[in-house]
Amino acid sequence: MSATTAAAVGLARRRANYARRYWVFAVPAAVVVVAVIIFPWLFTVFMSLHEWDPSHGLSWVGLSNYATLLSDTRFGWAVLRTLYFSVLSVGAPLILGVAAAVCFNQRFPLRGVARTIFILPMMATPVAIALVWSMMFHPQLGVLNYILTSLGLPPSTWTYAANTVIPTLAMVETWQWTPLVMLIVLGGLASLPQDPYEAARIDGASGWQSFRHITLPLLWPFIIVAAVIRTIDALKSFDVIYVITQGGPGTASETMNIFLYQEAFAYYKLGYASAVTLVFFALIVVISLVMLKLRQREKWQ
Amino acid sequence: MSAAVTRGRGTRPGRLRRLAGRVGLYASVLVLISPAAFVFLWMLSLALKNEVDNMAFPPVFIPHGPTFANFVKVFAENDFLSYTINSVVVSFSATAAALVIGVPAGYGIAKAKAMRAAALILIARITPGLSFIIPLFLMFQWFGMLGTLTPLVITHLVITVPLVVWIMIGFFEGLPGELEEAALVDGATIWQAFRHVALPLARPGITVATILAFIFSWNNFLFGIVLAGRTTRTLPVAVYNVLTFEQISWGPLAAAALVVTAPVLLLTLLMQKEIVAGLTAGGVKGG
Repeated sequence: MSATTAAAVGLARRRANYARRYWVFAVPAAVVVVAVIIFPWLFTVFMSLHEWDPSHGLSWVGLSNYATLLSDTRFGWAVLRTLYFSVLSVGAPLILGVAAAVCFNQRFPLRGVARTIFILPMMATPVAIALVWSMMFHPQLGVLNYILTSLGLPPSTWTYAANTVIPTLAMVETWQWTPLVMLIVLGGLASLPQDPYEAARIDGASGWQSFRHITLPLLWPFIIVAAVIRTIDALKSFDVIYVITQGGPGTASETMNIFLYQEAFAYYKLGYASAVTLVFFALIVVISLVMLKLRQREKWQ
Repeated sequence: MSAAVTRGRGTRPGRLRRLAGRVGLYASVLVLISPAAFVFLWMLSLALKNEVDNMAFPPVFIPHGPTFANFVKVFAENDFLSYTINSVVVSFSATAAALVIGVPAGYGIAKAKAMRAAALILIARITPGLSFIIPLFLMFQWFGMLGTLTPLVITHLVITVPLVVWIMIGFFEGLPGELEEAALVDGATIWQAFRHVALPLARPGITVATILAFIFSWNNFLFGIVLAGRTTRTLPVAVYNVLTFEQISWGPLAAAALVVTAPVLLLTLLMQKEIVAGLTAGGVKGG
């Protein structure tokens, strides 16, 4: 009895010992992570308390960058625009992505080919597709307005007017990232149990009813995960907006990331930009945590 | 005959409903994939048309006698060959380095069940790319490294290392540990157990990690536009510059866009199963 206990303890100790030794494998990666991820985080905090210019270098300014930030209306508008853009480019991909996952979960001929075409937008180089979209948005010569007018619809101003630019960019974002939502939800659908469906069919539930009352509740955790990932990516969106509008017309599509880029690398206000980065990061973390809390509460009920 | 009719009549509503469902499904799939197909076909069409056709309204959809003049123009006027080499060097180096350090790290974290280390990787995923680039930009400037490809390779590690580590953690966690334990009991060191037992089993995971790391590094625009000088541009940056200089000339622009994204599209078409597996695992675990 005591011998086996001793052996078990020995084994456990050996396991723990191994666990500690496995850290060696992570050392090179840890060095890289410290150098290119953790060091920049700490340095950003340091920079946000300084002012920097190419001729004089760094000078300590305390919290004044943050004070400037609070009274910067351009930053305030950028935050609101980012939220507007994000709501559109989280909501639309979620709805379309769930619908697409339900379709791609069925068996049909050429399903593999169709799914590959469907995920191409998220794999393609963002700069390349942004260029093609910007040519399609041309108000006179663009193919999109041609299609609209041939369908008898009025032409749109797309990215050329302040009131249509954000929804248009959200449309491109939706086109690009609906596939990711689809893949996550498709992974969820594959893991669903089959019994509730059979029970529902025996009880005479329609296809929509079993979707609404069985599939959707079971998929909810996956949908929340997709929503969180999509929110983070929408808040951070840069390439497509920068290539198509550079924040224009005027500042009508200047989101936080575009604002940040301009402050940092057009005006070289690196101290101020660092403060913006930290506020931006805090906003992303808070929004993600709130959404994950919602998921927790969903579980409790 | 009468028996066949009765049987047919008996199942007709069910069969009709099933037919309607099928038609609905095909129609939905068509609606879902046509925006993707349209944009890429339109890119191809613009790249293969001459300037007159590209500026025509109503637009010309099928090129009248496709021309490769746009591609020739892009390579002749913009030094695209050296930008292609830059992109290849940066993406291959960043992917190779990430595999060398990320695969063992994924193994170590999975075996040590160090979930806090995994959480760190997640935070890296949340952080906006620009917040890495401001400090790194200053560092590279102080060390006089701007104007070489090294800063690009280093910053691309921000993309490739977390991705490889994350995918490999998931993959090694899914492997049964008995084989390695047997090797350890037989007196192998943990390095030998990793090198000769776990690593060969992990080949599918490594394939997925390699493809995704390469694609995301290749596609990166932000780090390039901040760090690249005239001679160190990667392809996405070079294409963006074609845009700023040739606003009106759509043919070369579309040709340039196609050159940049063609390798990625081909890779996706050829390796779609691996890519879907990697993205689904990474995406689901990403929360």
